[in-house]
Amino acid sequence: MPELKINHEKVTAEIANELVSLCPFSAISYENNKLAVNSACKMCKLCVKKGPAGVMEFVENKSAAPKINKDEWKGIAVFADCEQGVLHPVTFELLGKAKELTKVINHPVYAIIIGENINNNAQKLLSYGADKVFVYDNEIFRDFSVTTYTNAFADFIEKVKPSSVLVGATNMGRSLAPRVAARFRTGLTADCTVLEMRENTDLVQIRPAFGGNIMAQILSPKTRPQFCTVRYKIFSAPQKCENPSGVIENMSVNTDWLDSRVNITNSVIKPKVTDLSEANVIVAVGRGFKSPADLESAKELAELLGANLACTRPLVENGWMDASKQIGLSGKTVKPKLIITLGISGSVQFAAGMKSSDMIIAVNNDKNASIFDVAHYCIVGDLYEVLPELIQKVKEAKANV
Amino acid sequence: MNIIVCIKQVPGTSNVKVDPVTGVLIRDGVESKMNPYDLFALETALKLKEENGGTVKVITMGPPAAKDVLMEAIYMGADDGVLVSDRRFAGADVLATSRTLSSAITASGNFDLILCGKQTTDGDTAQVGAEIAEYMGLPHFANVKSISVKSDNNITIVSELGATIQTADASLPCICCADADINTPRLPSYKRKCEAKGNEALIKTLSLDDFKDNNPDHYGLSGSPTQVERIFPPDKNTNREFIEGENAGAKVFEILKAKKFI
Repeated sequence: MPELKINHEKVTAEIANELVSLCPFSAISYENNKLAVNSACKMCKLCVKKGPAGVMEFVENKSAAPKINKDEWKGIAVFADCEQGVLHPVTFELLGKAKELTKVINHPVYAIIIGENINNNAQKLLSYGADKVFVYDNEIFRDFSVTTYTNAFADFIEKVKPSSVLVGATNMGRSLAPRVAARFRTGLTADCTVLEMRENTDLVQIRPAFGGNIMAQILSPKTRPQFCTVRYKIFSAPQKCENPSGVIENMSVNTDWLDSRVNITNSVIKPKVTDLSEANVIVAVGRGFKSPADLESAKELAELLGANLACTRPLVENGWMDASKQIGLSGKTVKPKLIITLGISGSVQFAAGMKSSDMIIAVNNDKNASIFDVAHYCIVGDLYEVLPELIQKVKEAKANV
Repeated sequence: MNIIVCIKQVPGTSNVKVDPVTGVLIRDGVESKMNPYDLFALETALKLKEENGGTVKVITMGPPAAKDVLMEAIYMGADDGVLVSDRRFAGADVLATSRTLSSAITASGNFDLILCGKQTTDGDTAQVGAEIAEYMGLPHFANVKSISVKSDNNITIVSELGATIQTADASLPCICCADADINTPRLPSYKRKCEAKGNEALIKTLSLDDFKDNNPDHYGLSGSPTQVERIFPPDKNTNREFIEGENAGAKVFEILKAKKFI
C-alpha cells in the first residue's frame, strides 16, 4: 500500500516545525525530536509537494493496484429517476450532459429506467437523446425499495458494462447510487458541478468541497463504472427530439430481486413545501415600497418565477407581511439559487440572512446602498419602473412557450 | 434493542480557504466538534433506548483526538464508544471509509439497528450510510423522519423521497440515515459527564489488526477508487455588475433568461 516515508536524517527542528504547521489536518507531530504522521493524515501529499524537498516521500506500491481493461466498459449511462411513474427532470439534464461528454469518446448514451408500467417514460428518454433505453418494468418496482432497485441496477451494469453512470442527486438517487457503487467496489462522486471526459474514458468530476470554499477535481482511474451524482438544475435539458432514433430494450426481471425484509405499507404524495429557507427562488421586498397595495406587483413577479415572497423587518413591524416571511438574523436565513431584492437597502442583519445565496439581483434607487456590496447584479433604478417592465417581459416570454 | 450510531468529528467551521498562491488549505484556529447532523441520529437512538430498553454504542473513525466526540455522545447518554483509528486508514474516500466502518461494526459485537446522520458538514456526500449498508448486506433507509418499534425484530420507518413520504416495515437488523431536524438533540448531561469523565474503559479502540479483513490494500488511500487530482479555489465573481439607466427591467429579464430562471 502507498505510504508516506519520513527521511529522518534530513529532519531538523526547524524543518519539523515547518511541516507541522504545513499540514492542514494536524496529522504531523514533532515530539521528543521525532517527527511522526498520525491517523489524521488524509494522504493529501501536501507535505511532499510543498514541504522541504526530500524530507517527506510518497512511496507507492504499484503491484497492489488491480488492473482493469477500460475498453471492456463502453457507454455513458443515465439513471432515470422515476418516482410513482413521474420522471424527475434532472434525468433530461443528465441525458444532455451525457450526449456532450460522449463527443470525446464516441460511446453510446444509455438510460436505465426501473418501475411499473413505465413504457411512456422510456419513450420520453429516447426523445431526450438516449441511444438505448434499458427498461426494468415489473410490479416489484411499484414502490422504491433501495435493495430491490439495486438488484436491477446491478443486473444492468453486469450485462451492459457502461463506462460512466450519471445519477440525479435526488433523495432516490442519493440512496441508490452509493449502494450500487459499493456493490461494484467502485468510485462515486457526489454533487458534481462540472463533468468532463478524457480520451481514455476517465470522467473528470469537479465538486465543491469543505462547504463550497474549495473545488475538488476527482477521478476514478482504476475502476469501472465511474459513478457520480448531480443535483437538479446544474446542467441544461436538451431540446426534445420529435423523431428519436434510439431503441428500447426490455430487460427480464427476476422476482427474487425483491427484498422481502422490507415491506412498503404506504406511499403518500408530499404537500408542497412553502418554508422560506427551502425556497429555490425568492423575491424580497423592503421599504422602497410605498404602500402595502404596491406589494401586489412583487407578488405577481414571485408567482411568475415560481418564487417565494419574503421581506425585511420593517415590513413585518408595519404589519404589511407575516413574520414567517422575514429574512435576516432575527428572521430566516436563506440560501436560494436566486434572490431578487426590491427596494431593500441591505442592513447588516438582513444581509447576514441572505448573502450566501447563489445569485443576488438587487434593485435600489441609491447607488451607494449597502445591498450592492453583497449583490451580483446591482440594478440602480426606481423599482416602480424596473418592476413593471420586468413583469411585462416575463409574461411575454411565458406566453410564447 | 442494541443500537450503533456512526458519528464523525468535523472542523468547527466549514469556512476553509485555499491559499491562491500555494494551493495549501488554510484551516486557521479551526476547532473540532461533532458533525451536527449526527446529533439527530444520536437523539433518535437515545429515545428508542428510553422507550424500548437496550444499549446505544457510538462509533467513529478518525485520529486519536476523535475520542472527544465519543465522550460527548456518552455525556449525552450513549453507553460506550468505539474509536476506529489507524494510520493505514489515511486518505480513505467514501468506499474505503464505508468498508472500514462496516468492518469495525462487525468487530464490535451484536446489534439490531445502525443509525447514521444525513451527511457530514466537511465531506457533504451523504453516501457513507448507504455504502455501509451495502457492505453489510443490510437494507437501509435514507431521509428517515421517524422510527417506531413494531415488534421484537420489526420496526416501522417513515422516510422521505422526492415526491412522496413512504412508510415501511423492516426486519432487523437494518440501517437508517436520519434526516436533519427530526428531533431536538439533548444537551450533554452534567451528571453523566461527572460519572464518565476520564473513564477510559468506556472507549474501545480498534485498528486494522482487529478486523477480519485486515489486508491494508483494502483501506485508506489504496482502497479508495476515487482520487483527488487537485483542489483549487472556486472562480469568484467579485466583479459585481452595475446596471443603470433605461430598460433596466428588460436587462434583468435577459439575466434571468440566461441563467435559466425563466
